[in-house]
Amino acid sequence: MRLLFWALGFLLAGSTGSFAQAVQDHQYSTADIETGSRLYAAQCALCHGVTGDGVNGINLRLGQFRRVASDDDLARVLATGVAGAGMPAFKFQAAEVNGIIAFIRAGFDPTGTPVKVGTAAKGQALVDGKGRCLTCHRINGRGIRTAPDLSDIAAVRTPAAIQRSLLDPTSAMLPINRPVRAVTRQGRTIRGRRLNEDMFTVQLMDEEEQLVSLVKADLREYEVLKTSTMPSAAKTLSPEEIADVMAYLLTLKGQ
Amino acid sequence: MRRTVLVTALLAALGFQLQAQVPTDRILRAAAEPQNWLTYNGTYMSQRYSTLAQITPANVAQLESKWVVQNQVFGAWQSNPLVVDGVMYLTQRPNDVMAVDAKTGRLFWLYRYTPSADSKVCCGANNRGVAILGDTLYMGTLDGHLVAIDARSGRPIWNIEVGDVKLAYSITLAPLIIKDKVLVGVGGGEFGIRGFVVAYDAKTGKEAWRTYTIPGPGEPGHDSWEGDSWKTGGAPVWVTGSYDPALNLVYWGVGNPGPDWNPDQRAGDNLYSDSVIALDVDTGKLKWHFQFTPNDGYDYDSTQVPVLVDANWKGTPSKLMLWANRNGYFYVLDRTNGKFLAGTPYVKVNWSSGLDANGRPIPTPQPPGQPTWPGNQGGTNLYPPSYSPRTGLFYFSAWQDYATIYRKETTKFEPGKTFLGGGFTVLAPVPGAPTVGIGRRSPINNWTDEVGNGAVIAMDPQTMKPRWTTPQFDVTDAGMLTTASDILFTGGREGYFLALDANTGKVLWKTNLGGQIVMAPITYQVEGKQYVSVISGHTLVTFALRDGVK
Repeated sequence: MRLLFWALGFLLAGSTGSFAQAVQDHQYSTADIETGSRLYAAQCALCHGVTGDGVNGINLRLGQFRRVASDDDLARVLATGVAGAGMPAFKFQAAEVNGIIAFIRAGFDPTGTPVKVGTAAKGQALVDGKGRCLTCHRINGRGIRTAPDLSDIAAVRTPAAIQRSLLDPTSAMLPINRPVRAVTRQGRTIRGRRLNEDMFTVQLMDEEEQLVSLVKADLREYEVLKTSTMPSAAKTLSPEEIADVMAYLLTLKGQ
Repeated sequence: MRRTVLVTALLAALGFQLQAQVPTDRILRAAAEPQNWLTYNGTYMSQRYSTLAQITPANVAQLESKWVVQNQVFGAWQSNPLVVDGVMYLTQRPNDVMAVDAKTGRLFWLYRYTPSADSKVCCGANNRGVAILGDTLYMGTLDGHLVAIDARSGRPIWNIEVGDVKLAYSITLAPLIIKDKVLVGVGGGEFGIRGFVVAYDAKTGKEAWRTYTIPGPGEPGHDSWEGDSWKTGGAPVWVTGSYDPALNLVYWGVGNPGPDWNPDQRAGDNLYSDSVIALDVDTGKLKWHFQFTPNDGYDYDSTQVPVLVDANWKGTPSKLMLWANRNGYFYVLDRTNGKFLAGTPYVKVNWSSGLDANGRPIPTPQPPGQPTWPGNQGGTNLYPPSYSPRTGLFYFSAWQDYATIYRKETTKFEPGKTFLGGGFTVLAPVPGAPTVGIGRRSPINNWTDEVGNGAVIAMDPQTMKPRWTTPQFDVTDAGMLTTASDILFTGGREGYFLALDANTGKVLWKTNLGGQIVMAPITYQVEGKQYVSVISGHTLVTFALRDGVK
């Protein structure tokens, strides 16, 4: 897993370095985030909740705070507590403080990266417009079905994974969603997004949004492609706009 | 009535007895009555090979479903049925026993045992089946009891405590009958038990012997456990063993040491965890052992079925034991003395760089955070293998390209509580992607073969190389059945029931039963017709050839 983290760091540094710098105060290691994950569960979750929204007006996972902005602010509140609000002062070691901050900044994803969250309303406009997301995706009944439906994306994927999907779609694509190319014995080519597969068959959403089931023995060619057809949002949107899109996507929790 | 009593007394005086259904000698010669399936693994050799040959590669496509029994309880159904003279004895979760007409699927009786609410098991309320001796069935229970049940009426005869449920002892395996004894082992390897195999007088339930799988103070091997770690070292026995009557030895695979993932808490080899042990049937005395994974930190239980094979080894007729281990290596042992004859990895292995001349693995533990192959569920597991004396091949289910990342931590032992020493995550191609679990997680395979895939491997012990491998898309927990017509019946998590050519691995026939197949199929014959039964999901389906098909 560490290997993947560093690989991701390299990708971010290479293709979207300015974005990575814009969202991070500090560089955190996977080990920091894992430490924080354990400490959070033991010391913080009782009041702040396992999803970070247990205290009114605060959503730690989404980076919404009442009193703090920077990492130093977070460290100070941990050390002093908030007397009027009932938060005690914690006597953490420096590495432990760093871990908790890393976990919060990673959007509670113990393996992930820090996430920047902007304004949801702006993000929705970008998804509908400039981002052209609905030309493939579908959200709450609007848009196309060829790419995965995003209506509950915040419920099924972590913020870090969503951000990664926006920046580097291929590296974050869930294996089940991989594009498939099949050629029947009669020579017909079928392309689509994989929905299910077993030893003998594969089920797809084809490019015409039709449900298709293929028997592998009837195919002349069958190929599962590793490259996503989605372009990186970093090519079309600014870091601030991506943060806005993130904010909107994080509101999508399904029915 | 009086006349009956008199006749019975007279017959008894003359040395006759009313014919019990399954006396010991029938079990000894189970291979000679392939119309029945008398023990968990078919015979004491545990080859799961049947001489029935009515169903052939030529007509297997004419199989049709004859009857179905629906499980009334949710959860993976790992039970292995017995068939005795047209009656099938079948268990379902947690501890129900059914007597079923093997021809129609109709029930004669249903016995329900309710285990204590204190029962604790790691991996589901499994029960893998009953054993039969005479007219009595024997079932181990989730709360660590052994129950004797009248095979005709389904009424309990006696019920004894084998292990303390409050200390998380459980029994999930099918008992093994040898001579006049019923043998069981205990589960609880995730709860800090001290494992054992125990033999009871089958008539009375009186304990005959008990052999711990972790040696006590003063016994050889005790010093393979640091300090008091032996007291809570696990080493459970939860899969039915095998028996060699000529050697008078019973063989058991022993499970993982505890805490599972922190070997630092129990420095030493941790005998006899992850070993096969050979016990004298009459005394329980340990005759030999072979340890597959010393000081295991990967949960590589050696609770596979010991498969006994009489075959040439380097030109000499030999008494062999074949073993595809959860740790990713396939072994050939001399079952007279436990000597290592050969071993080879059958999947990717990186926790060890190989085996030395004695079969001891050369450890290569991976750095923290790095993946270990094979992963926690192993290269294989409890799934019963098969050996066909016709093909000379050993067939088993393997998980290929499957790895986990282990995490160890110090765990304090508390009686009856989980005692794990860390945890693991399955290596996924993308962070947060769905992965495989102990059972099938959904009918939609959204984890895909990128986290690992199943395969049937046909290993040739003479060359130590697979003769063929038939991959599946999902991983598989299915067991194997071979027949004298060179058909291999198996399945997988995808729900396909498969008939493969035992010589080539080619799929001869398949049918989609929809639910995961997590046990081996069995075969039997009633009124001249060969049947094959398999459990898929919550359904046991019994197939036979369409009427009129030759």
